[in-house]
Amino acid sequence: MNKKMVFYMLGKIVQLEAALMVPSLICACLYKENRIVLSFAVTIAIALIMGFVLSALGKTKNKEIYAKEGFVIVALAWIGMSAVGAVPFVISGEIPSFLDAFFETVSGFTTTGSSILTDIEAMSKGLLFWRSFTHWVGGMGVLVLVMAILPSESGRTIHIIRAEMPGPVIGKLVPKVKSTSRILYLIYIFLSAVQVIFLLCGNMSLFDSLVHTFGTAGTGGFGVRADSIGGYSPYIQWVITIFMLIFGVNFNIYYFILAKKFKSVLKSEELLVYISIIVVSSGVIAIDIFNNIAEMNVLSDSIRHATFQAASIVTTTGYVTVDYNLWPGLSKTIITILLFIGACAGSTAGGFKVSRVIMIFKSIKANLKHSLHSRSVEVVRVEGKSLDSETVSSVKSYLAIYIFCFVIILALISFNGYDVETNFTAAATCFNNVGPGLGMIGPAGSFQEFSNFSKLVLSAAMLLGRLEIYPMLLLFSPSVWIKRKAKVKAK
Amino acid sequence: MNIIVAGLGKIGVTLISNLVTEGHDVVVIDNDPQVVEDITNIYDVMGVCGNCADTDVLAEAGAKNAELLIAVAGSDELNMLSCFLAKKIGTKNTIARVRAPEYNDRSLGIMKQHLELSMIINPEALAARELFHNLKLPSAAKVETFSVRNFEMIEQVLKANSPLEGVSLSELRSRFKAKFLICAVKRGSEAYIPDGNFVLKSGDRIGLTAEPTEIVKLLKEMGVVQTKAKNVMILGGSRTAFYLAKRLAISGSKVTIIEKDRQLCEELSELIPKATIICGDGANQELLIEEGLHSVDAFVSLTGMDEENILLCSYASSEGVPKVIAKVNRDSLRPLAEHWGLDTIISPKLFITNVILQYVRALQNSEGSSVETLYKLMDDKVEALEFNVKSDLGFLNKTFKELTFKKNTLVAGIIRDRKIIIPSGDDCLKAGDKVIVLAANQRLNKLSDILA
Repeated sequence: MNKKMVFYMLGKIVQLEAALMVPSLICACLYKENRIVLSFAVTIAIALIMGFVLSALGKTKNKEIYAKEGFVIVALAWIGMSAVGAVPFVISGEIPSFLDAFFETVSGFTTTGSSILTDIEAMSKGLLFWRSFTHWVGGMGVLVLVMAILPSESGRTIHIIRAEMPGPVIGKLVPKVKSTSRILYLIYIFLSAVQVIFLLCGNMSLFDSLVHTFGTAGTGGFGVRADSIGGYSPYIQWVITIFMLIFGVNFNIYYFILAKKFKSVLKSEELLVYISIIVVSSGVIAIDIFNNIAEMNVLSDSIRHATFQAASIVTTTGYVTVDYNLWPGLSKTIITILLFIGACAGSTAGGFKVSRVIMIFKSIKANLKHSLHSRSVEVVRVEGKSLDSETVSSVKSYLAIYIFCFVIILALISFNGYDVETNFTAAATCFNNVGPGLGMIGPAGSFQEFSNFSKLVLSAAMLLGRLEIYPMLLLFSPSVWIKRKAKVKAK
Repeated sequence: MNIIVAGLGKIGVTLISNLVTEGHDVVVIDNDPQVVEDITNIYDVMGVCGNCADTDVLAEAGAKNAELLIAVAGSDELNMLSCFLAKKIGTKNTIARVRAPEYNDRSLGIMKQHLELSMIINPEALAARELFHNLKLPSAAKVETFSVRNFEMIEQVLKANSPLEGVSLSELRSRFKAKFLICAVKRGSEAYIPDGNFVLKSGDRIGLTAEPTEIVKLLKEMGVVQTKAKNVMILGGSRTAFYLAKRLAISGSKVTIIEKDRQLCEELSELIPKATIICGDGANQELLIEEGLHSVDAFVSLTGMDEENILLCSYASSEGVPKVIAKVNRDSLRPLAEHWGLDTIISPKLFITNVILQYVRALQNSEGSSVETLYKLMDDKVEALEFNVKSDLGFLNKTFKELTFKKNTLVAGIIRDRKIIIPSGDDCLKAGDKVIVLAANQRLNKLSDILA
């Protein structure tokens, strides 16, 4: 275990976070919120000092990072960032409890969008900006950003990217990690900029456009109004729907478009399944609410709300236009199912990921065929390439550990004594980084009522979900911390 | 530069590690997914899994826009085919490894021309050439020849009780009258470019340059006997052994090859009738002594097993053979072999890597860098770079005494009007000179980088 390198990277990340707070500081300055300016200034100072101390502690010649270090760096970085990111909320006094502020920041960085706030509109602009900005940063990943900026220290940094990027198989777009992360961020910044322009065209204020773009791009879901997106015009709602879907697509697809490899785009099975899921689910919801809800008797309204909701949940964003808690059981059930699926691998979204669903379905199909013809040889092919049995079995074991973690979180949450619907969707929404659930934590509710213990469990659930379980679990596994006795050069 | 490396064997991996350190964008192709995954985990490269002679795979690896494809996969035919296809897709330059002797004959020229290969490399022939040079000057651990023909750097390990031990370099220079330079020293795992106050110790590996006419005299004065190896015993009948034996036989040396496999022995005997081919187990010490181990000038162990090579060489050394050379391919075993007192260790993959890196440097050179050629010395710890001195250089015609150089850099030689000058404080650089600069632990990009 190269502890020095872990310290060094953590130091760099805390320094980066200090830099990332500057836009929020400027925002607070512009709105003349002196208290908030002060709390950001203090936090930035603390973060810089911490950052320099950590990276000074971690100065070492041995810059090698192995898989172990990659996991530990990513897990610690996310916990550390959330802790530092919570400080401005506490200093300003707008969220006095540190645990609440921590929950809110974790929810921000993991792009969950679950909130403990009961009155969003009373918050200062500076903090609202920071809250949404954490979505934007967390969406593509902080360490990916670090990789794009810092000079590469080791050839093995792919371990860090792999631990942070969601999805079963992480490949590079171009030979170098640094260029790959740069390309990803450039695509991300470009798409965000386009969304801001579209929102501005719909007469949204610049502040609101930025905040909602951050929420959409990171597939987070923090807004600035109590009714989320409900109060904005249908145009704004459609723009956000479309951009939520865009940010839920694997970013490799955009690179293929840039590189003019249109064939690969059209052949992408994941994209096809992703679109089908959205079309089918929003169609069923639209018909269901059109028939059963009195206010939805205009077809265009029901389609808009249904598509918005399906897109918002499947991309794990969590914006809402209406309180779907009042919708009929069929629609609510579909929403609950969508909570788990998530969007494409390699996007900013959370959840189980469409590509894993495809792989599992295909391998089940192969297994069924194998049990009928015991001599048959089945190779699972996804995206035109055959999957080796190791990937298939790792996806299957991910499913198992995913269910296992979910059950434990659910059990721990149940101690609050709320109804099953609330418990179940609270665990699911946090674990899958969606945001709202059903029952008490529906679009109109908040997590404020939950006990401190539950908030801690849910914060852990959000981090588990965002980092796809392994980094967080490995952080607490003793074998990671046992000293490596002899280093054998792998050649 | 965009470089594709096809085939992730020993040579492929060594190449990748060097190309990545030099900052190139590298894509690797291999048909074993496990190997590709391992490599992409260790090095900052992109991996493509598949057959390197499949146009789809090549296209996926970006052959359309690549500057160079290096095909070092297992089979010669595959390498040539891969290069041919890549060239047709759009890769600008291609290098193929072709090792079978039958292809390295007359057909070589035809293939090179019609497959439009930029370069064909044959690792065994390269290794044999290097070995042959070494056997010409057996007292040196290694001889590095620079592009200017006569300019050589001799690497030597100081034995205990050497007359050079405990002497500082400035003292040394006044003691011997010849003009020479000790331009690099490797002590333990650290390499230095020494200054006048540097004191030599036994066990140091030194790099020595001198004017070609004086090298022999100098070595004699230093108490090192200098005779060409005339009676050589080679263990293992590999291709390297074949090429080496052929060269030695032509130059008139007596060669004995010991090989276990009878069929291989028969082939060798047919191809090199002058050599003595012994069919037997080289690990058998009695056999070695019976075949005249005590009377040979040099013992070269080229079997496929690194461990066997190290052990038998150290045995031969203990039996008093003046020059022993071991082939050691695994990097991790090299320090061990040095620890056992073997000073000359060769590894064919390093020769190839050097040759290809020089080619890559030259390609890059046409794109702006001013380094003519690059050599890696002292187990890759020291780099020797050749520059052409242009008329716009800032310190033209200034004597070296007036200039302050960066630590661990040195002007090791100046070539002016085809003559080699071993520089001292009174020399200076003139436009049109070719200069060889050594640098340890740093990377120089232009000639002016050597000034502090």
